[in-house]
Amino acid sequence: MARSDRPLSPHLDVYAWQTSNALSILHRITGVMLAVGAIALVGWLVSVASGPAAYASVNGFFAGPIGALMLFGWTFCFFYHLANGIRHLFWDAGYGFDKQRARHTGWLAVAVALVMTLGIWAAIIAP
Amino acid sequence: MSLQAPLARVLGLGSAKEGAGHWWAQRSTAIGMLPLTLWFAYSAMGLQHGNYEMVSAWIAEPANAIGLILLVVAVVYHSSLGLQVVIEDYLHGGKGFAAMVVTKLTHFALGVAGIYAVIVVSVGAR
Repeated sequence: MARSDRPLSPHLDVYAWQTSNALSILHRITGVMLAVGAIALVGWLVSVASGPAAYASVNGFFAGPIGALMLFGWTFCFFYHLANGIRHLFWDAGYGFDKQRARHTGWLAVAVALVMTLGIWAAIIAP
Repeated sequence: MSLQAPLARVLGLGSAKEGAGHWWAQRSTAIGMLPLTLWFAYSAMGLQHGNYEMVSAWIAEPANAIGLILLVVAVVYHSSLGLQVVIEDYLHGGKGFAAMVVTKLTHFALGVAGIYAVIVVSVGAR
């Protein structure tokens, strides 16, 4: 086999969409989003180190509509990536591979992410 | 039967780099982040209405400062390993190389900035 046409992983466009690969790519997408969130985490820390004025502007941005929407998105990304990451760790240990179990734990990860995200934001918005 | 040497058959076909080290680092940082991220998320909710004095005093608390530095290190390490795999899968050639360099340097800079910021806040509070 020539180097140029060796198989490349993972071709998103050649698989029929089903629970397993949809949730797998969601793990990746949320991971990339959280990498962007790491910039916000460090930016927040640096703003505190820079003094009250810098902190106030960063805090003000995240209290505003765009900032709050970003935080809401990162909350879902975080809890999905966390729950699905635990699923991956169980797979690494050799558990949970049969089809039915894998489908159930996948939707469980989605449910955990939705419940945690909505619960936390209800607690934040409630006075 | 091929007359090719075994080495010639596998060269260029697989990773043969540091796969196992990457795999373990990805998992161990993931496990480390389980308590760190949940602790930080819980703490951040408590700080949401905090003013500057309250937030900087919280960061300067030694246990919190150590936790934050561990969090920053685990986050940038795990994130760097994860984005590396995404780049390896979808970007090739010059584009992949450029993306890899930018990603690695950005994560390194984020790690340095995050650790430095926590130390500055901690020292400033003394």
